[in-house]
Formats: sequence, C-alpha cells, structure tokens
Amino acid sequence: MLKTVIPFGPQHPVFPEPIHLTLTVEDEIIKQALPALGFVHRGLETLVDKSDFHQMVQVVERVCGICSMIHAMCYCQAIEEIMAIQVPQRARYLRVIWSELSRIHSHLLWLGLFADSFGFENLFMQFWKIREKVMDIHEATTGNRVIVSVNAVGGVRRDMSSEQLQWIQSQLANVKQEVARLGPTLLEDYTIKKRTVGKGIVSRDKAYELGLVGPTLRASGIAQDVRMLGYAAFNELDFEPVLGTDGDCYARSKVRFQEVFQSIDLIGQAIRKIPGGEVQVTVKGRPEGETVTRVEQPRGELLYYIKADGSKNLDRLRIRTPTFANIPALVTMLPGHWLSDVPVIVLSIDPCISCTER
Amino acid sequence: MLKMTANILRTLFSKKPTRLYPIEVRTPFEIARGKLVNEIENCNFCSICALKCPSQCISVDKKAATWTCDPFACVYCGICVEACPFKCLHQEQAQRRPAYERQILLKKGLPH
Repeated sequence: MLKTVIPFGPQHPVFPEPIHLTLTVEDEIIKQALPALGFVHRGLETLVDKSDFHQMVQVVERVCGICSMIHAMCYCQAIEEIMAIQVPQRARYLRVIWSELSRIHSHLLWLGLFADSFGFENLFMQFWKIREKVMDIHEATTGNRVIVSVNAVGGVRRDMSSEQLQWIQSQLANVKQEVARLGPTLLEDYTIKKRTVGKGIVSRDKAYELGLVGPTLRASGIAQDVRMLGYAAFNELDFEPVLGTDGDCYARSKVRFQEVFQSIDLIGQAIRKIPGGEVQVTVKGRPEGETVTRVEQPRGELLYYIKADGSKNLDRLRIRTPTFANIPALVTMLPGHWLSDVPVIVLSIDPCISCTER
Repeated sequence: MLKMTANILRTLFSKKPTRLYPIEVRTPFEIARGKLVNEIENCNFCSICALKCPSQCISVDKKAATWTCDPFACVYCGICVEACPFKCLHQEQAQRRPAYERQILLKKGLPH
C-alpha cells in the first residue's frame, strides 16, 4: 500500500490553537504521527530580565488564558516559599475557590470543543452557554473576566463578602443542574459513544511509562492529582481524584465531566469552611534562593522552577506545562486509527499550545 | 438518539442566552476593572504608577507635569490604582470601546 503524508494543522478548523501534525497514512489508516510545535512562542520566561518579581505575576498570568489564575497562584506560591511568607488562611481558601472556578470553566470549554470535534454543534453551544455563568462569577468577584489578575505575592488582591459567597453557591447550584442535564447526551448517546469509545487507548502501564499528567493520566486508572499534596487550602478539604479505567477518549471525557462536579463540591466545602481575617500580607525584601512548585491545572500538573539571586529581577524562571507532558501520548494514540478520528483523539488530551510554548 | 431533545425543547421555550451587542450591553459588575482614569488635579506626578505597571503603559514627566497612558498597552490589572498614594487613579466599570486608530491618553496638570 502506498504511503501518503498529510500535514494536519497548524491552521485547522478543529484546533483552537496551532499545532502541526505530520501524519503518515496508508489507506486512511494512520501509521505514524509526528507533532511539531513552535508557532506561538512568545518568550515569556525571558521577561524575568525586564520585569521585577512582583510584575511577573501579571506576565505569568498571560502564559495561558484559560488557567491564568492557576499560573499566577503557582508563581506566587514559589516566591512565598523562597521568602518564607505566611499567606493568610482566608487568602488560601480564596485561591482554592478561584482555582476551582478556573477548572470548571476550562473543563466546560473543553467539553464544548470536544463536542465540536465530532460535529455536535448543539452540545458545544450548550456547554459554552453554561460556561458564561462561571465567567460572570469571575467578573463579579475579581473585576476581570478571563485573566482575573487576583493573585499577588503574599496573598490575594480581592476579598469576597459573605453575600458574594452565597451568590456563588447559588449560581454554581444552577451550573451543576444544567451540566447534569447534558450528562446523558455526552455519556450515553449512541453516536457520541461510536466516536469516542475505544479510540486513542492508553493503557495504565503505558500512561505511567510516558509520564502523562492530569485527566489524561487519571482516565487510564492512575490516581495522581497534585491537589492531594495539599497546597493552598486543599489539605483541609475532602476529595478523591476522579478516575477512569479504559484510557480511551470516552474515559477522558467522562473524567473531565465528573471533575466539574468535583470542583463545584470543593468550592462548596471551601465556602463553608472559609475563615475570616486578612487576605494579603505586606511583602518586604527580595527573594533569594531556588524552588520548585507544583499545582494541578485543569490539564494536569504544572511545574514552576524559580531561581532568585536577591535582586529585584529573578535569575531564572522555568515553566513546565501539562500539555508538554501529554503530547507524547498523541504519538502513541494516533497510529492504527482512521484519519477522521484525528480531531477527536488530539482534542482528548486537551492541548493548550500557548501554555506549552510560552 | 433522543437524549438531546429535552434540552432542545427547554432552550426553545426559554429566554435567549445571547444579547444584541453592542446595541444591548449588560450592566457591568460593581468591581469590574474597566477604563483607567486619572483625576489630574490630585496627581502629584510621583511616578509610582509608572514604576509598578507590569505592561509599562504609563509614563510620567514630573517637570512638564504630564501623565501619559497608552490604553492599548494597558492590561486592566488595576495595580496602578492600588499603588497610587494620592488615590487620583481609578477604574471605571465600563470597558474602553474599540477604536479605529491608536490613541494615547495625555493629561497635563499644574507643575508642583
């Protein structure tokens, strides 16, 4: 059989961001897939030379639009660790609430895009309609819609009143109800199952070997969730990682779908337990030392390495994003599948290219 | 096959989730970070806003008593508003409208 090489991307209707795949196909069956990156590299890590360590909070927020709050939180936690700053307990809880809101809106965005990848436009619009409610909570509590700019070294920049916390709970009860209504369609519909069940399988051992992270790893049955380490206030909240078993596209969508409910539950717990008090401490001095911090992004483990030499600019900033760890999965998932399954399988790892290339 | 039907019917008989923007604009939230405004009569031209700004969109000239802001470089983070010791900076609730040309916001006050 003659081999054909098909360039897939970087501009493709199904991709929200540019990633290029060189697909070698034989009679529409993929034999080899090679990803290529580098279309949206902005060199944000080198900005540590220009911006001081306080201004870098706003820079790292722009690494990724969807999980900007979590990037800033990871960066602030790293600086706080170097400078031995005790963040107020209320600020820790507020960080949990905003980071879980980011997770909900990221997963709802992904569920919509995933529905779009197999051509279910109506389901795509339904998920994005629900997502708007979460964006409104962002705007009402932080002042901004997407890049919330709420973290600062030493705490958070906004506080929430008890009325606002109650309002968030009532809004999220509404979100929960509406998402639950879409559950039977996403998880039981015959046509959707036909496109997702058994596609792009990564076995438990293979997932471990490739070093996958986040929902992609959990869908293969490995209970790895960085939130279990107990950063921010997660050590005081009760939760278990959501697990899948089959490691296919269906399992990955099911894990993300259930994580929306898990995040709503975590926000509810945080609102019930949130203590009073200050939300920010004054930071004096400059950081000196190095550290590695890890947090759980909607897509998986996010890692920041920071080296500071006591000046106002950091010496080195290195970011490892979850999609970087999950791209090797694509190379093993795609061979053996039909060309028409490529969009569904690629989107199933929830690729965030602007994160990966920074 | 018919799992979406109930949702479709509910959507059909419920309120429209979209609005006719820009004719119909939602009321902004109370703490929304919008257009940056400087009440120049209270400004001391201390340059703290310019130093703190993460996007370097503000420049201040103390001698000429001018405060310049590039609204197209502003990221609406509100750092300058929090840092201003004279409380002359604030953010309006409404966002800046799109423009055809790049504008620079220049305010001239009295030299101190």
